[in-house]
Amino acid sequence: MDYARSNGRRVPLALKILVAGGFGVGKTTLVSSCSEIMPLQTEEYLTNASMGTDDTTGVEAKNATTVVMDFGRISISDDLVLYLFGTPGQDRFWFLWDELALGALGAVVVADTRRLADCFPSVDYFERRGTPFLVAVNCFNGEQRHSPAKVRDALDLDPGVPVILCDARDRESGKEVFVTLIEHVMARTRHRAAAV
Amino acid sequence: MWDEQRGRGERPPRHRPPPEPGDDHTWLDHDAGPVVRPYTLTGGRSQPITGGLGLLTHVEALYAPEADLVHLQPEHRAILGMTRTALSMAEIAARLDLPVGVVRVLIGDLLQENLVSTFESDTAINPPDENILQAVIDGLRAL
Repeated sequence: MDYARSNGRRVPLALKILVAGGFGVGKTTLVSSCSEIMPLQTEEYLTNASMGTDDTTGVEAKNATTVVMDFGRISISDDLVLYLFGTPGQDRFWFLWDELALGALGAVVVADTRRLADCFPSVDYFERRGTPFLVAVNCFNGEQRHSPAKVRDALDLDPGVPVILCDARDRESGKEVFVTLIEHVMARTRHRAAAV
Repeated sequence: MWDEQRGRGERPPRHRPPPEPGDDHTWLDHDAGPVVRPYTLTGGRSQPITGGLGLLTHVEALYAPEADLVHLQPEHRAILGMTRTALSMAEIAARLDLPVGVVRVLIGDLLQENLVSTFESDTAINPPDENILQAVIDGLRAL
């Protein structure tokens, strides 16, 4: 199941999952809550100078944001490692997405129902690319403003795309998000195999 | 655990703790950013000598006598030090606290001098089969 090296040593099989969504929606928190290492943050902090260009309505408490990416790791076993990549939260960093999406197993689109439209670009991107994804509605402080069914309607998702509620700060909840995503990937693979 | 809702000031230190106020020798605080601009480390080069280095490309140091290393920059040596067991490029960037673009150039240098080898996980080409996916699900649940 893993890549055999010429020197006979074994290298872990690396699987990549993307965590996408709008600005300040909880992507970093989700990666942090599940990663065994402190997430890599190749980042710049937005200061007042850039506040004019980044829409911060509804995220007033957040005075800094990640502009490059987060990176986390979950070792399943010596042979199998899951890498989590948080995608850049702003549209002007789209150019980074293609490298991130290459070879990705699937994607989690984190949504905040106060600003649902912010996740349209991510949903569009993965639909166009054919990357399996789910929508995880981050319930800040246990707040749930809309049901998964309403979110599904609002985002005009295909019936097969899972929509789940989560608390990005909670490790168990975060794990469940990734488990659901992988189950979705499996179901899709089976469906495709059956269709051939 | 790092919480994105918190501000810059509470962020755990990376290289060094923020300087104490009143320290006469400290001209810049942590918020001033790096004293050396990242691409200074690569002599201004933004493209590596060799291509094909992805975020999950694994890098492993090859044995070399110390005499072969004397001309290297500290960052090159740091990469060799941390890749005695293979490490992904994304993780090397994380540990060095440098942008991935810079690390890619530095690893390109080491590749050209045969000081590291690189290899890919084959998942970029072959999607994992159902057994692997099931192993991931079981593994996640057991964490």
